[in-house]
Amino acid sequence: MALGILAIGGYLPKARLQRTDIANANAWFNPALKGLAKGERTMANWDEDTVTMAVEAGRDCLTGIDRNIVAGIYMASTSFPFQDRQNAGIVADALNLSTRIQTLDISSSQRAGSSALLTALQSVHSAEGPILVSASEKRRTRAASPLELTTGDGAAAVLVGEGEPVARYIGGHTEAVDFVDHFRGEGEAFDYSWEERWVRDEGYMKIAPNAINNLLDKVGVSAQDIDRFCFPVAMRRAASGLARKIGIAENAVADNLQSNCGETGSAHSLVLLVHALEQAKPGEKILVAGFGQGCDVLLFEATEAIKTAGDRLAISGHLANGRPENRYTRYLSFNNLLTMERGIRAEVDKQTGLSTLYRNKGMSQKLLGGQCSECGTCQFPKSKICVNPDCGAIDSQADEPFADKAAKLNSYTADRLTYSPDPPTYFGMVQFAGGGRMMSDLTDIDPDIELEVGISMRMVFRVKDYDMLRGFRRYFWKATPQNDTH
Amino acid sequence: MASGIKDKVAILGMGCSKFGERWNDNAEDLMVEAYAEALEDSGIETSQIEAAWLGTAIEEQHVGKSGIPLAMALRLPYIPVTRVENFCASGTEAFRGAVYAVASGACDIALALGVEKLKDTGYGGLPQRGRGSVNDLFWANASAPGSFAQLATAYSAKHKIPAEDLKRAMAHVSVKSHDNGSRNPKAHLRNKIDEDKVMNAPMIAEPLGLFDCCGVSDGAACAIVTRPDIARGLGKKDLVTVKALQLAVSNGTESQHNSWDGSYFATTRKAAERSYQEAGITKPRDQISMFEVHDCFSITEVITMEDLYISSEGAAVKDIMDGFYDADGKVPCQIDGGLKCFGHPIGASGLRMIYEMYLQMNGRAGERQREQDPVLGMTHNLGGYPHQNVSSITIVGKEGA
Repeated sequence: MALGILAIGGYLPKARLQRTDIANANAWFNPALKGLAKGERTMANWDEDTVTMAVEAGRDCLTGIDRNIVAGIYMASTSFPFQDRQNAGIVADALNLSTRIQTLDISSSQRAGSSALLTALQSVHSAEGPILVSASEKRRTRAASPLELTTGDGAAAVLVGEGEPVARYIGGHTEAVDFVDHFRGEGEAFDYSWEERWVRDEGYMKIAPNAINNLLDKVGVSAQDIDRFCFPVAMRRAASGLARKIGIAENAVADNLQSNCGETGSAHSLVLLVHALEQAKPGEKILVAGFGQGCDVLLFEATEAIKTAGDRLAISGHLANGRPENRYTRYLSFNNLLTMERGIRAEVDKQTGLSTLYRNKGMSQKLLGGQCSECGTCQFPKSKICVNPDCGAIDSQADEPFADKAAKLNSYTADRLTYSPDPPTYFGMVQFAGGGRMMSDLTDIDPDIELEVGISMRMVFRVKDYDMLRGFRRYFWKATPQNDTH
Repeated sequence: MASGIKDKVAILGMGCSKFGERWNDNAEDLMVEAYAEALEDSGIETSQIEAAWLGTAIEEQHVGKSGIPLAMALRLPYIPVTRVENFCASGTEAFRGAVYAVASGACDIALALGVEKLKDTGYGGLPQRGRGSVNDLFWANASAPGSFAQLATAYSAKHKIPAEDLKRAMAHVSVKSHDNGSRNPKAHLRNKIDEDKVMNAPMIAEPLGLFDCCGVSDGAACAIVTRPDIARGLGKKDLVTVKALQLAVSNGTESQHNSWDGSYFATTRKAAERSYQEAGITKPRDQISMFEVHDCFSITEVITMEDLYISSEGAAVKDIMDGFYDADGKVPCQIDGGLKCFGHPIGASGLRMIYEMYLQMNGRAGERQREQDPVLGMTHNLGGYPHQNVSSITIVGKEGA
């Protein structure tokens, strides 16, 4: 029995916005952006937020693991969809976890992700089982800002606990320093940032070495012994400069994923950690930091179990699963940076009855249907009377989870009449293996690939409707072509 | 075994407003326009009407709830007035209420009126509204064309009919309706089109283009019904009587049970089987003189002709391309222009279809009158989505047929 990371998972949205398209569109305003115009950044779909991305990372992390053992979810983000409604609780519901768990949102700093991981490692011994730590970010940035180019949307998750870890926890340390390199005040949508050179020289290069050296001293590991060093900031050469200063080998510096993902804010330390663990060999030491008003550092050692840790999409699988996106105005529109003419059809009131939602959240948030104990028929949604025309038993159905069932597409269309933030609206009849079906919204449809009757589909948790009048959003499950995601 | 409705009730009078974009008329004006024609045709007074049914589907958009709007518009003398709603079958439901009332002997003369005033939304197409608080949590973000479009993908896959051939047959359906509508002074759309125009039109919901979709219209239609003996007593001859009235409603099998393949209307098949039995029809393809079916979308008409057992399964494309359903074909379908061109004021549509049958059987259909005397006519409405719908069928015909 050892304390550490039991499983890893990740999620990156499929669309990869090409930085040249951002820079070209804004060149008239800020030609200097061309210096950042290389590679691509992840771009969340209109129906994705930090909750939905955390759900996907959580599903990936819990692949092959009995969800009933999970005793807690700590969710880190600085871009939670809800200020007062626990976001981790929505993730727990979508993952169909038990209600006997601890749920916690951790926020307000770019090191929220590393702090959540550290807190989980420090507290899991007193929990009734492992804790799922999920970090997810979808930061809003101003058009033509450097952050628009250097950030990306994404999530990562690790299951922390005692058992046979893929990476044993050696130790951790935090230096808390109210160094304000940027901030986002109450009610503000965007970050306000100070000069990069000051952030580098007085922040990264002074606070981080202090934290790292303190940790290495504490655990008696020398800098040369570090095999992988994850320093989750976008700035070019920041991590390598730090490594040089501390004495970490240059080839130990982990790719910060600037070229193909972007910096995913408070999720980025976990994104880099998961990415490093996917590649790590047994015995390797992995040092991960989180920077923001101080610095968290954590040290892990990969075990024999690391060999099978990457049998899932994690970060590498999602990096490989991208689709180039050249439509910059689509990005602007999805992030409410462009006032689109949505038409009168978009004015339909999307109020959600909170009592209606609570009563039906097994169906809508967990995607629970029913299975008839008389005839075995599975159906969605569950109902009092079995849908099988040859059965009709009453009150015979037990909860049946549909979220992870294999499914096929029976019929579909691309609807240009109904309002959607991303027309056309794709939807179709999705039929589940073992019974049950639903007329389902489809999402992440590649406009260049024709849908076909009979293709395999997978269900994903997404935003169904935004209630602009009240600041609420309701979630539900949608189908997406399986070959594109797994 | 119930004896059914056959020949128990006759149509005493009918009326129909002009359908279209009636920018300067309220729903009440349209109701009175249809009613005035029906009343004159029937030869009775308002005071002789003993009960009335109002069919309207999207009442929030115009008259609001209850039977009161009909009673007030027509100044009905404190009689029972009931508002019914069953999606696009609402007009037929109003008719069913009035016919059943007369057949039961509860009253001698009853009225059915359907109305819809849709052109007050500020945009084209049907009004976009919530679908119920629980349904909104999980129903797909579906429009009507998007839902019906899926019939095409499922039908093509099942019968191995190339999408291009199906689209061509769908185009023929719309061209035919435009031809027919051009000869109908009350129709919303009276322009002729050709197949290329349909094939090349902007896409609404793949594979349905603009001309595969019916119009959204304002309009009203009205029927006054009574027993055949009373009609004769009032001096009516060559009566048109009701032969069958059937309705089938989805119970969730199509939407939740894997037994339905998405390529046909389970409801329409049931309603058709019961209708033929009620009317004593054994060979519908030979016996029915004409059809008005619910051509909300061209693909709906294609598939409905199979579900009504007129074209055999998978063979509607051939019948359509052979001109079987053309105005001068063996059995015309939508000789008045159909929903596609006469228009589709939802609550009025079922009664509009019966109105056309009634005119044709009385030889009063003007320029579009069938040369061959129609004997039996079948109307069909479909409301909702292919996977979850109501399907209504009415057969009317000459008394004794």
